[in-house]
Amino acid sequence: MTADLVIEAEGLVKHFGKTRALQGVDLAVPRGTVLGVLGPNGAGKTTAVRILSTLLTPDSGTARIGGFDVVRDAERVRQSIGLTGQYASVDEDLTGRQNLELFGTLLELGRVGARRRAAELLDWFDLTEAAGRPAKTYSGGMRRRLDLAASLVGSPDVIFLDEPTTGLDPAKREDMWEVVRSLVTNGSTVLLTTQYLEEADALADSITVIDHGRVIAHDTPEGLKRVVGGQTLEVRPSDLADLPRIAAILSEVGSGAQADEIRKGVLAVPVTDDRALTESVARFAAVGIAVTELSLHLPSLDEVFFTLTGRTASEDDTTHRTEVAA
Amino acid sequence: MSTLVGAPPTASPALSTAAPNPRPFRLVRHSLALAKRSLIKTWRTPEALIDVTLQPVLFLVIFVYVFGGAVAGSTHDYLQFLLPGILAQTIATGAIAIGVNLNTDIAKGIFDRFRSLPIPRSAPLVGAVLGDVVRYVIVTVSTLAIGYLMGFRIETDPFRAIAGCLLAVLFALCLSWLPVYVSMKVRTPGAVQGLMFALIMPLSFASNVFVAADTLPGWMRAFVDVNPMTHLVDSVRGLFLGTPLGSHVWWTLAWCVGFVAVFMPLALRAYRRKI
Ligand SMILES: Nc1ncnc2c1ncn2[C@@H]1O[C@H](COP(=O)(O)OP(=O)(O)OP(=O)(O)O)[C@@H](O)[C@H]1O
Ligand SMILES: [Mg+2]
Repeated sequence: MTADLVIEAEGLVKHFGKTRALQGVDLAVPRGTVLGVLGPNGAGKTTAVRILSTLLTPDSGTARIGGFDVVRDAERVRQSIGLTGQYASVDEDLTGRQNLELFGTLLELGRVGARRRAAELLDWFDLTEAAGRPAKTYSGGMRRRLDLAASLVGSPDVIFLDEPTTGLDPAKREDMWEVVRSLVTNGSTVLLTTQYLEEADALADSITVIDHGRVIAHDTPEGLKRVVGGQTLEVRPSDLADLPRIAAILSEVGSGAQADEIRKGVLAVPVTDDRALTESVARFAAVGIAVTELSLHLPSLDEVFFTLTGRTASEDDTTHRTEVAA
Repeated sequence: MSTLVGAPPTASPALSTAAPNPRPFRLVRHSLALAKRSLIKTWRTPEALIDVTLQPVLFLVIFVYVFGGAVAGSTHDYLQFLLPGILAQTIATGAIAIGVNLNTDIAKGIFDRFRSLPIPRSAPLVGAVLGDVVRYVIVTVSTLAIGYLMGFRIETDPFRAIAGCLLAVLFALCLSWLPVYVSMKVRTPGAVQGLMFALIMPLSFASNVFVAADTLPGWMRAFVDVNPMTHLVDSVRGLFLGTPLGSHVWWTLAWCVGFVAVFMPLALRAYRRKI
């Protein structure tokens, strides 16, 4: 831990009445890297992000951003962070451009600077056409982009993204990933929360898994996948009669493991190598097997949680909801 | 968004290295920027102005034509007497809107963003209060316009008339810290509205808005004489009609200072606690 840590948190605790949202969370993010915080509903992700971005004060524990304490030096912290919360935090009545210009003015860019910065960001997020419409007329995806643009107005060193792709379609999700990657390329440090191992795997340099306000795993994506299992290759043949032949091929392509029929008419086999996909395509073609579906998957959050805790995340969530409602 | 290629535009790098207080008068500048936000919102939803523009019409028409003859002998005399009072009443009720609006606004995500920005905590609140000045100006102009259509005439000069209008606007601006404070303390916009009406209505009826103070029974006189609304109305009457001003302007200004001195700190403290 000698690296230059931009985000550090030790023993964060936060209770809301009887709900123990955080029960001692440690986080560490070196400069210029991405930390993925992975957890199911109610795990405490948003609470952690709100503490780190100075919106909440922890009951105990400390956190520093760029060396500044989030409670004592909140003002300094606010100068270097950008926050994209889980729910849109732009003014619905203002247009996209007015929103960005307002934040630019508040961030001391000056009138001309604010206007220029707004234009750049609108352009980058493909919102120039919609720039003159009130934000309440935007689609979910556009609002998400405007929200992210709003948190980038001040070119922050540290960026918090709370479930940035929840509710986006797959193409938009990929676009959002590209945005995150280019932010990091530009030297920003990013903490993002997500409910998808796939997303954390695609973006993060390290992953912290939290559940019920506690860290239950912290590792690199590779390390985490070693524990929870790597990718599986799933195949659905056009003709069910091909299942036995496919099973044989999959076992050879995969690391010798047995192929299982995980759903009706779908075979799956764990694989260790991305080439398994192309190799199986070639093998199926060679023997003339037609397939309707062929895909590589990482374990879902449910599976990750089952492996790490012996419980599924969704079971957890139901018990949790009743607890909150009570 | 497939056009998202290349590096994100990097803006003035000055920001991340800026000192904590890069430029002076931050509160003023930030509040003004945020006041502009309120203005845009008012502009976008002109319906929100209907109540404060309709209210003086109703009161003027009902009171002038129904009671005017009985109270003052002639409807024109009563209109001259009543209009400054209606202006004061309308502008005071107009100040309620800010409490109602803030109560809904503050629960929205935008306030989260304000709080994550390096701006004074109170700037969004101060900005909202300042932004509402436009609402008070609109109330003043529309009340006077309606009065003119009904036959009201300024009997002094334009300077004193403008001074009367400015005093009314200033009064509403200072008074509005009360609804702002209330809006931080109660849960729903409806509760803000209800509570504020319960406060403002007695103030405007137990005053000289509708009848001259010296016609009121003694026990009520005591209240009417300290009522800030009475002083505002007497000041505006003096400035519009040339009736004796006495010390009413000074009392009105004293009340203005009082409202700000008491309710602004309370509101700011409640705001910091709430969010
Ligand atoms: N302001 C609050 N008042 C009361 N309880 C709260 C508050 N904020 C969060 N909680 C509770 O704290 C727990 C953690 O919530 P949090 O929002 O941090 O979870 P999360 O991981 O972000 O979940 P999600 O994936 O659903 O966004 C939940 O049980 C939630 O109900
Ligand atoms: Mg959340």
